[in-house]
Amino acid sequence: MEKFLRDATEFLPILLQGVGLTILVTVGSLVLSTILGLVWALMRVSQLRALSLLSGGLINVIRGIPIIVLLFYLYFVMPDFGIALTALQAAILGLGIAYSAYQAENFRAGIEAIDKGQIEAAQTIGMGWWLTMRRVILPQAVRIVLPPYGNIMIMLLKDSSQASTITVAELALQGKLIASSTFKNTSVFTLVALMYLTMSIPLILLVRHFENKANKR
Amino acid sequence: MIELRNVHKSFGSLEVLKGITASVEKSEVVCIIGPSGSGKSTILRCINGLERYDSGDILVEGARVERDTPSIVTIRTRVSMVFQRFNLFPHRTAIENVVEGPIFVKREPRAEALERGRALLARVGLAEKADAYPAQLSGGQQQRVAIARALAMQPKAILFDEPTSALDPELVGEVLGVMRKLADDGMTMVVVTHEMGFAADVADRVLFIDGGVIVEQGAAKSVLNQPQHARTQDFLRRVLHPL
Repeated sequence: MEKFLRDATEFLPILLQGVGLTILVTVGSLVLSTILGLVWALMRVSQLRALSLLSGGLINVIRGIPIIVLLFYLYFVMPDFGIALTALQAAILGLGIAYSAYQAENFRAGIEAIDKGQIEAAQTIGMGWWLTMRRVILPQAVRIVLPPYGNIMIMLLKDSSQASTITVAELALQGKLIASSTFKNTSVFTLVALMYLTMSIPLILLVRHFENKANKR
Repeated sequence: MIELRNVHKSFGSLEVLKGITASVEKSEVVCIIGPSGSGKSTILRCINGLERYDSGDILVEGARVERDTPSIVTIRTRVSMVFQRFNLFPHRTAIENVVEGPIFVKREPRAEALERGRALLARVGLAEKADAYPAQLSGGQQQRVAIARALAMQPKAILFDEPTSALDPELVGEVLGVMRKLADDGMTMVVVTHEMGFAADVADRVLFIDGGVIVEQGAAKSVLNQPQHARTQDFLRRVLHPL
């Protein structure tokens, strides 16, 4: 235990640098996946068949490709097409795209859970599709969507470790580097695990808060 | 002001409207009665463009109702609708429900819309409930808010789709009272209802619909008191003397 604490004080500063990048990758890809997911979901529920089919196909393609392959593609293949991304950019873009599929399905489920009578009421006061979405459907769908959204945040935080495979020196990669140079595997990976857990706890509490709020209605 | 000419409508292989021809004049109150599944609600939903119709014409002030063209928005602002299940927006207060259309569809200045909205809530007897959410209101109160929301669009006519069917019996009266006042004020109304008392007292004309056709129509008193058709007689007997 004493040895662990000594290792911890020594490695913590380096690992904290990794935490910074972990948070950056997580937040960046969360924002991107939320925006893209909302776009896919709105396309999916739109009355334009072409848009809906396009979005459905896109979601399935994204879901069918492992995140790690998507990251490799963005980081190692895109330069061949003249698009060179930094490792951080590729990580945020890759995770953002990968998670947009889950976000889209969650948003769609939320939108479709709203009573059809709400849409009809909006239509009878002359609202068009977009106004109905913005003023009537989405504000109500948010409550339904939030608990799963919190879970997606937790998954994304953990999956941000996959950015290590394309050289982003986030928490997992920093841990691996320290471990392989010091051979203190136990101390290092215990620390890494504890730090992921520490970052997850506020999110877990947030999900519980959302769920309580949703249940109260 | 509303005219239906030989309107047909099918859901899949089920033909629900088999050639409906009818008209509603300005300031007229027309009640549509008939057994459930007879196509009563579908007529209202077609007039408002909530459903497509397959053939025939529906005209509102001379303009043909076509669900998939931009003109439907104009028609919907002229012809409002009140639903069986109220369909208030649960995330907005009563007054917000009422001013939603005026502010976001008609682009009225907010202050003006709010003032008018409060007056409308007062008109349906709910001035003091302006800031309540729908979940805090009784069914009867919710339906009166829905009527105020319909009125807020300053429609030329209002369609009522079984407005009291989802209400506890003791709350029916307050909604019918508001509707009667509207009729007295000269609002054009088409009401699908099972409230024969309301039809008898308030309606100018009654249409009896069964199996997707208008079986009988005429002045409210004569259709309800001296129905000519066997089907009408049978229906009224069952509604008025269920035991």
